[in-house]
Amino acid sequence: MFADIYRREVGRCTATLVRVLGDIDAAEEAVADAFAAAAERWNANGIPQNPGGWITTTSRNKAIDRYRRDSNRRQQQRNASYLEKGEPTMAPELGNLDVVEDDQLRLMFLCCHPALSPDAQVALTLRLLGGLQTTEIARAFLLPESTLAQRLVRAKRKIRDTHMSHRLPTPHDLPARLPSVLGAIYLIFNEGYTASEGEDLARPALAQEAIRLGRLLARFLPNVPETSGLLALMLLTEARRLARTDRDGQLVRLADQDRSSWDQALIAEGHGIVRRCLQLREPGVYQIQAAIAAVHTDALVAADTDWPQILALYNQLLIFRPHDIVKLNRAIVVAEIEGPKAGLEAIDSLQLDRYYLFHATRAEFLVALGDQNAALTSMRRAIELTKNQSERLHLQRRHAAVSKQLSQ
Amino acid sequence: MPKYLLATFQDEVRSPMPQGEDVAKIYNQVAALQESMVEAGVWVFSGALTAADSATVVVAENDAMSMTDGPYAEAKEQIGGFSVIEVDHLDEALEWARRGSTACGGWPIEVRPFMDGPPS
Repeated sequence: MFADIYRREVGRCTATLVRVLGDIDAAEEAVADAFAAAAERWNANGIPQNPGGWITTTSRNKAIDRYRRDSNRRQQQRNASYLEKGEPTMAPELGNLDVVEDDQLRLMFLCCHPALSPDAQVALTLRLLGGLQTTEIARAFLLPESTLAQRLVRAKRKIRDTHMSHRLPTPHDLPARLPSVLGAIYLIFNEGYTASEGEDLARPALAQEAIRLGRLLARFLPNVPETSGLLALMLLTEARRLARTDRDGQLVRLADQDRSSWDQALIAEGHGIVRRCLQLREPGVYQIQAAIAAVHTDALVAADTDWPQILALYNQLLIFRPHDIVKLNRAIVVAEIEGPKAGLEAIDSLQLDRYYLFHATRAEFLVALGDQNAALTSMRRAIELTKNQSERLHLQRRHAAVSKQLSQ
Repeated sequence: MPKYLLATFQDEVRSPMPQGEDVAKIYNQVAALQESMVEAGVWVFSGALTAADSATVVVAENDAMSMTDGPYAEAKEQIGGFSVIEVDHLDEALEWARRGSTACGGWPIEVRPFMDGPPS
């Protein structure tokens, strides 16, 4: 219960406090103090009617306490220093505590400012808006905690030292600011959906936080179709999450998934968004990928998949993103329509030797063409390259199955 | 209001200083931009520098000083000119940097804030 309230409210409270206090560290401290107080108080007195409001008010009061406690010391420092500027502008009477819907968006655009590296953007977003502890973020990205702590400290220092604005972008600078926000949210989602390393195939909490942020952003920018496109893409991908693993936690490929376990509510919502996007006639990479996911989720059985439609969408995606990874995915579609030989030809020239899915895909084309020996070599290369335990087990099972075929 | 250094960098070996009409064009564009900075009330100082091989590095050693010929950093890219501006926040500085990069024909511009006071 308490954990639910924390997850639901911490981002919003932190965002409001950042606006009220004008200082990220002070806001984090105040919100942490307030949740600590809540843990004690709510145990004894029960949970208040409006826990978010309680936390916000208490955070502000905690910040005022801290300010008063420190003010003597600061006064002495200030007298000793020749410097007048640089003093936090916060004063106890400052700040409108009304929850402003924009607060979280403002903080999102700040955390994902393109002057910060994508790594820093993701870490800050998860820390401040997702309320994740440094240890949790470090664990999610399999990094030493000290690396992550350093990254956060450096990012917050850059925000302060460069006087980054906490305002929302204007329509004029939105085109320059939006891609990094969309990119950071999608990175968080993907790390949640397919953990790049480690034992779990997915970390649902990250995916859910990414969807929450995606919803906020789509509500704020209803007429920017890429924003809705990203949300639809995440919803239509998340809808299939349960079907992606079997009872033993093993990966199940799209073609073999039990489609009755797909989340129909998420699919319906995603399809609705994709349809609205199409009407805006302003295609972009997220919308096209969402449309591809929509076509997949339209098929009740894998055999009903409208592959020519998906191929047309991949051709369109290639115009926006002429990358080898897109070409690899397109080749899988080509193989569905024209057979494995055409698929193999389509990936021949790709420069993806370090990418495990390139070798895994190549292996499946070779199996279909009856060249089991070459397929096994590619599978071994794919196994070498993947760091995700579930994916590796899946590849090992395929390798064992093909070896057995060969020895019969 | 915070101040920012906007410094242009160029690879003097690979893309030599522009010559003739090009240099006049860039000069005019940069001068026009500087005028816009003055009009907007953000301009503090700016200047273009001579080629980096005209630099001298000085180090004080007790009472003596040593000098070396050439720029301090052995980088290929050297600072070519700079402006100091005073604006409300980073985004405004970045927008001036974008205009600066355009005026210089696409050279990169490094944006760095000045410290508010002694390091805390």
